[in-house]
Amino acid sequence: MANQDAQYSPGVWGWLNKRMPVQKFMREQLLEYYAPKNFNVWYFFGSLALVVLVMQLFTGIFLTMFYKVGDSSAFDSVEYIMREVDYGWLIRYLHTTGASAFFIVVYLHMYRSIMYGSYKAPRELLWLFGMFIYLALMAEAFMGYVLPWGNMSYWAAQVIINLFSTIPLIGPGLVEWIRGDYGVADATVDRFFALHVVAIPLVLLLLVTLHLVALRQVGSNNPEGIEIKGNLGADGKPVDGIPFHPYYTVKDVFGIGVFLTLFAIVVFFVPTFGNLFMEEANFEPANPLSTPEPIAPSWYFTPYYAILRAVPNQRLGALLLLIAVLAFFFLPWLDRSPVKSVRYRGALFRGFLAIFTVSFLTLMYLGLKPATGAYVTAARVAAIGYFSFFLLMPWYSRADRTKPVPQRLRSHA
Amino acid sequence: MRNVILAVVVLGLAQCLQVSVAAEEGPGPLAWEEWHAGNEVANTDSLQRGARNFVNYCSGCHSIKYMRYSRMAKDLKIPTEQLKAYLLPAGATPADYFQASIAPADAIAWFGKEPPDLSLVARSRGPDKIYRFLKTFYLDPSRPTRSNNLVLNNPAMPPVLSDLEGVKAAVFKNKQFDHFVSVSPGQMTAEQFDGFVRDTVNFLDYAGEPAQLNRLSIGVWVVLFLLLFTWLAWLLKKEYWKDIH
Repeated sequence: MANQDAQYSPGVWGWLNKRMPVQKFMREQLLEYYAPKNFNVWYFFGSLALVVLVMQLFTGIFLTMFYKVGDSSAFDSVEYIMREVDYGWLIRYLHTTGASAFFIVVYLHMYRSIMYGSYKAPRELLWLFGMFIYLALMAEAFMGYVLPWGNMSYWAAQVIINLFSTIPLIGPGLVEWIRGDYGVADATVDRFFALHVVAIPLVLLLLVTLHLVALRQVGSNNPEGIEIKGNLGADGKPVDGIPFHPYYTVKDVFGIGVFLTLFAIVVFFVPTFGNLFMEEANFEPANPLSTPEPIAPSWYFTPYYAILRAVPNQRLGALLLLIAVLAFFFLPWLDRSPVKSVRYRGALFRGFLAIFTVSFLTLMYLGLKPATGAYVTAARVAAIGYFSFFLLMPWYSRADRTKPVPQRLRSHA
Repeated sequence: MRNVILAVVVLGLAQCLQVSVAAEEGPGPLAWEEWHAGNEVANTDSLQRGARNFVNYCSGCHSIKYMRYSRMAKDLKIPTEQLKAYLLPAGATPADYFQASIAPADAIAWFGKEPPDLSLVARSRGPDKIYRFLKTFYLDPSRPTRSNNLVLNNPAMPPVLSDLEGVKAAVFKNKQFDHFVSVSPGQMTAEQFDGFVRDTVNFLDYAGEPAQLNRLSIGVWVVLFLLLFTWLAWLLKKEYWKDIH
C-alpha cells in the first residue's frame, strides 16, 4: 500500500492524481507529444479555430440569456442586447465577428492541409473528421444567421431551405418538414434556435474531440511532408520533433495574440466589415413582402452560391453545389502522388492548385455580385477551374514530376 | 398654388436656358450621388442639434422605438430639465422610448402608409443615403405632395424641410437629372440648411447604434493592450525557442 502511494506526491495534487490521471494525461499529451520542429505560420490556424470555438460558445451563452426566440420578439431582443444590456453590443459583435473569423481560420487551416498533403495517409480519418466539422460549422453558421430575424435572415433561409426542394420526390415535403410551416416562419426560427444553441454545438464539440484524438494518434504533418516518426533517436523520440509543450504552446500564445489584435480591430472599429460580416439589409426586420436586392449569403458561402447560380437548371445547380462541398471529402483518395508537400511536387500540381485558389476566390467574389451577364460567365469559368482541381487530380497527381523528398527536416520556422 | 405657377414659369425658363447652357458646355450634372454626410458621431454639439431637429421636424411622424429619451440625454449630455422642457412630448417620461405623435390610422389615411421607425435607418440605408434623400426633394406638381425625390422616387413623405431649405425645381436633360433651380427661398441659407441636414443625419447615425460612442474609445485601449500582450508573447517564444535548431 505504502509503495503504491509513493508514486503520488503528498497533498491535493497527489490525492487528485491517485483518483484521476491528470498528470499522466498532461505528460503524454503535451510534454511527451512530439511535434515537427518546422511548423510555419500556416500551423497557427488549428489552435486559432479552437480559440474561436470557445469564444463562440462563451459569447453565445450570454446572448442566449437575452435573446427572445420567436418571429415577433427576435429582432427586438437583438436590438435590446445592442442598446440596453450592459456590454451587450460587445458580446454580439464578438459573436458575429467570431462567425466570420471561424470561417477565415478554418479555410486557411484546410488550405494548409491541401498545400502540404496533410490529408494523405495516414491522416485520412483526421481529414474526414475535419470535413465533418466544416459541414457542421456551415449548418451552425446558417442557422445562427437566421436568428436575428432581419430581412436578410428571412430571405437567406428562404433560398437555402428551398434548395432541398430540388431533391426528386421527397423535396417539397422535406422543405415543409424543415421549415415546420408552409413558409419560413415562427416555427422555423424556434427550431433553428434549438439546433443552433444545443444540437449542433454538441456535435461540433464531439467532432473536435475526435479530430484531436485522431491527430494525437498519427501526429502532425509539416510543411516538408516528412514523417518525423520515421527518424527516431537513441532515446526513441523523433529527432526532428520537439515537445508540444512548452515550444508550441508558447508559440501558439503569440499566434493567438496576433489573431486577437486583428479580431479586436474589427470588433471595435469595423464590426460590419463593409457589409460583409453584418449586412445592411439585416438591420431591417424580416419582411416577406420586400426582397433585398440582391439576396447574397454570408461571404463564407458565396463560392458555393456562385456555383449554384452559374447553372441555369436549378436542380443541376443544387447538385453541383453539393458536389462542390463534398469533393473535399475525397481528396485523400483522389490524390495519387507519392509525395505530400507542395514543396516536392511538380509543376502540374502547383498549376492546378493555383487554378483552384484563383477559382475559389473568384467564386467567392462573384457570389456577392448579382447573377447577370459577365458575372455568370465568369462564374462558369471559375466553376470549371474549381471542379477540375478535384476531378483531374487522379491524373495530374500521378503524372506530376515530383522531386526527391529528403530524410530529415531542413529547418524550423 | 403660387409656388406651382412660379415653378412652371421657372421650369419653362430653365428649359429655354438649357439649350444655351448646353451650347456653352457648362459644368456637368450635379453629382448628388457622390455626396457624403461626413458624419462625426463624436461631435456632441452636432448630435444635440440633430436631436433638436429630429424632435422638431421628424418625430411628428417617425419613432425611434428602440431608444429611450433618458439614454439619449445621457449620451448627448442633455440635462434632464432641458430634456423635459424642450424634447419630451406631452405626457412622456424620460424612461419612455421615442414615439411618433401621429396616430397610425391617420398616417395611413393621409400618406397611404405608416411612416417607418427610424431606429436603424442609418444602419440599413447608410448615412449618406439619408443625407442625399433629405437634400434632393424637388417640386413635382403631378404628385399629391407636390414634390418628388431623387433618391426615393415618388416618396409618401412630403417635403417637410422646404420651409427651411426653400422650394427647388429639378431640371432634367434627356430625362436625366441635371441640376436644381431655386423656386422660392427658405428661412435658411444653403450652408445653414446643409448643416441642419448633417446634424440630423449624424443624430440618426448615433440612434442606429448608441454603443458606437463607447465602442471606439474602448477599442483603442483593447488594441493597445493586445499589442503589448503579443509583444511579450513574442519575447517569450523567442526565449524558449533559442535552443531549437
